[in-house]
Amino acid sequence: MSTTQKITLAKGLNMGLRKAMEDDPKVLVMGEDVGKLGGVFRITDGLQKDFGEDRVIDSPLAESGIVGTAVGMALRGYRPVVEIQFDGFVYPAYDQIVCQVAKMTFRSQGKAKMPMVIRIPFGGGIGAVEHHSESPEAQFAHTPGLKVVACSNPIDGYWMIQQAIAHDDPVIFLEPKRQYHADKAELDESATPDPLFASRTVRAGSDATLLAYGPTVKTALKAAEAAATEGKNLEVIDLRTLSPLDMAPVFESVRRTGRAVVVHEAHVNLGMGAELSARITEECFYSLEAPVLRVGGFDTPYPPSRIEEEWLPDLDRVLDAVDRSMEF
Amino acid sequence: MSDPGGFGPDLVEVFGPSQQDGGPELVQLLTPEGERVHHDEFDHDFSAEELRGFHRDMVLTRRIDTEATALQRHGELGIWAQLLGQEAAQIGAGRALRPQDYVFPTYREHGVAYCRGIDPLDLLGLFRGVDQGAWDPKDNNFGLYTIVIGAQVLHATGYAMGMQRDGVVGTGDPDRDAAVIAHFGDGASSQGDVNEGFIFAASYNAPVVFFCQNNQWAISEPIERQTRIPLYQRALGFGFPGVRVDGNDVLATYAVTQAALQRARDGQGPTLVEAYTYRMGAHTTTDDPTRYRMSDDLEHWKLKDPIARLEVYMRRNGLVDDQYFADLKAEADELGHHLREGCKALPDPQPMSVFDHVYTEMTDELAAQRDGYRAYLDSFEGAGH
Repeated sequence: MSTTQKITLAKGLNMGLRKAMEDDPKVLVMGEDVGKLGGVFRITDGLQKDFGEDRVIDSPLAESGIVGTAVGMALRGYRPVVEIQFDGFVYPAYDQIVCQVAKMTFRSQGKAKMPMVIRIPFGGGIGAVEHHSESPEAQFAHTPGLKVVACSNPIDGYWMIQQAIAHDDPVIFLEPKRQYHADKAELDESATPDPLFASRTVRAGSDATLLAYGPTVKTALKAAEAAATEGKNLEVIDLRTLSPLDMAPVFESVRRTGRAVVVHEAHVNLGMGAELSARITEECFYSLEAPVLRVGGFDTPYPPSRIEEEWLPDLDRVLDAVDRSMEF
Repeated sequence: MSDPGGFGPDLVEVFGPSQQDGGPELVQLLTPEGERVHHDEFDHDFSAEELRGFHRDMVLTRRIDTEATALQRHGELGIWAQLLGQEAAQIGAGRALRPQDYVFPTYREHGVAYCRGIDPLDLLGLFRGVDQGAWDPKDNNFGLYTIVIGAQVLHATGYAMGMQRDGVVGTGDPDRDAAVIAHFGDGASSQGDVNEGFIFAASYNAPVVFFCQNNQWAISEPIERQTRIPLYQRALGFGFPGVRVDGNDVLATYAVTQAALQRARDGQGPTLVEAYTYRMGAHTTTDDPTRYRMSDDLEHWKLKDPIARLEVYMRRNGLVDDQYFADLKAEADELGHHLREGCKALPDPQPMSVFDHVYTEMTDELAAQRDGYRAYLDSFEGAGH
C-alpha cells in the first residue's frame, strides 16, 4: 500500500538524506552547522540526533577542509555528503573539488573512486547579503570528472539526492534555496523515480522550447502559463542534469518548435546557455527558425538584494525573449 | 628589511648559525660523526640487522634517485623530483609504519614508496608522462603522488577520520590499530590546506602523524620565508605535540615517527614531526640552486650525510664487512639496471585511452566525443591503428 504526503523541497531533501543513511551505513553527512542546528536551511534537521555525531559531522569552519577530508573518507570507503552552506562559500574548496575530487578516478585509472556528493544551495531571491545568492554551476560543469545536477521541486529533491549518493562519481548537487520552503508537492515513496541524469519535459508545447533548471523551472512554467493566455504554446524542459547534459529530449523538442530560449540565474557569458545554444545549433541547425536566445543574470557581480528581482530573470524577461524568438 | 623585534625571538635567534644544526630541541640518536647518543624520551635499541636494513634501504633509495636523475638527463624522463639528502627522513618514517597504516605522499616520497613495497619503476611513469600514478593505493596503503602542494594533508586527515569510524583506533590490538602519515614539506606548511588539516585532526583527535620534511628550501625560497618560528613549535598552537628530529639521522627519525604513530594508533591524536634535513640536490631536475643559495651551506650539510654517518657507526662497531658492501653494491647495480631498462620499455598510453576512467562509467556524451575522434583518425588514408 502506498502512502503519500505533501512535502516541501527542504523536507524532500531531508527525507532523502535520511533514507540514504538508513540504506547504507557508509553514508556520512558533513558540513558547517549540520548537526544540532540541522543546517542553516534545516535540510539535515534531526539527522544527527538519529544517526549520531560520527555520521552527521559538524565541521570546523573551513570549506577546503570539509571537501579535502571528505576525499580521505571516500578513499577509506565512505560515501560523504558534504554541505556547502552557501554557493558563494564554495570557492575556498574549489581547488580540492577541481584538482582532487574531479581527477582522482582518472589519475588512478579507476583504482580510486570518489563517491561524494557536494550539496550547494544556489541561486538568489532570498534578500541575502553578498556571496549568498550565486549560481556557480558552469564552473563545475566545465570540469571533467564532476557530474552536476540541479533539482527544482520537492519530489525530485527526495529522489535525486538518494540517486546522487548511490552514484559512484562525485556529484555537485545544486539546490534552489529560494524553493526550499516554498511549494509543496505530493510524494509517493513507492513510485519509481526518473533516472538521475535525465532531463524531463514538464510542460508540452509547440511554439517554442524553454530550457530551465533549478529555480528557473518555476519561472519558465509561469511564463508558459502567461504565454498561453496570449495563445502561445510553450514547451518547458527541466534539464535536471547539467553535466552530463541529456540533450535528446531537447533536440526532439527544438526540432518540433524551431525555437529555444534558455533561462538560468547564472551570468549569461559562458554560462550553461552558451553550451546549450552551441549544441542545439550543431544538431538542429535546419530546424531552427531563430537563434537560440539566453535569459539570465547580467554579467555583473550579484547585486544588492533590493534590486535582485530586477537582476534575476523573471516572467517578463522570459516572455520578451520568446517574443524576440517568434518575431525573428 | 629590519626585524620588528619586541615580541619573541628574532630571526637570527631562530635561523642563525646556532640553529643550523637544528637547535637544542633536535632529537638525535646518531651524530653526524657516527657517535651513538642517547635521548631520554625517544631512545630505542636497534639490532645489527635493523641497522644494516636501514643502511641498505638508504643506499638503494639513493640509487633510485641517482638513476632517475640520470634518466632525466638522458631525456627518458620529463622531470624528476630529487630526494638526495633526505634518505634518512624517508626511510626512518617509512620503516616505522605497520602494514595497516596508510601513507599520503608528496611527489618526492620515493624512499617511503620503496619501504611500502612499490616497485621503483612504477614511480617513473608519472615523471616520464606515461601515467599519473601506476600503483593501486589499496595494494600497499600508499596513496598516489600529489602534485598540488599540501592537498594530501587533508586527505590524510579525512582518511584517519574514516579509521576512527571503522573502529581501528585505540583497541589495544597491535595488528588492528592503525594510523595515517601525511607527508609534506616546509613550503607546504604555508598552505591553507595543511593548516586546515591540523585543525580538523586536532578537533576530531584523528590518528594522523603530520610528517614535515623541512629541507630548508621551497624551490628558491628559504625556510625564513615560510615561518618565523621553528615549524615543530606550530603544533602547540593547534593543540597537539610537535617534535623536531634530526632528519639526517635514520635512527632518531625512526624512533620519533614510531612513537608518534603509536600515539595515533592508541587514540591519542595527531603529532607534528619536523624532520630537520636539507635538500642536497635541486628542487627538481629543472631547477638551478646555484642561482639562489650558497655553496657553503651545501658543504656544511654534506658533513651530515645520512648514509655516511650510519656507515661509520657500523664499521666502527664491526657490524658490516667488505662482503656486505660488495653484496649491496651488486644489489644497487641490479636495481639501477631494472630502472634503466624498465623505464625505456614503459609503453606510451594509447591516445584513445584518454577517454577512459574520467568517470566510473563513460557518459554518453563523452563516448560520442571519443567516437568522433576515432572516426576522424579513421578518415586518414591507411589509418592502421
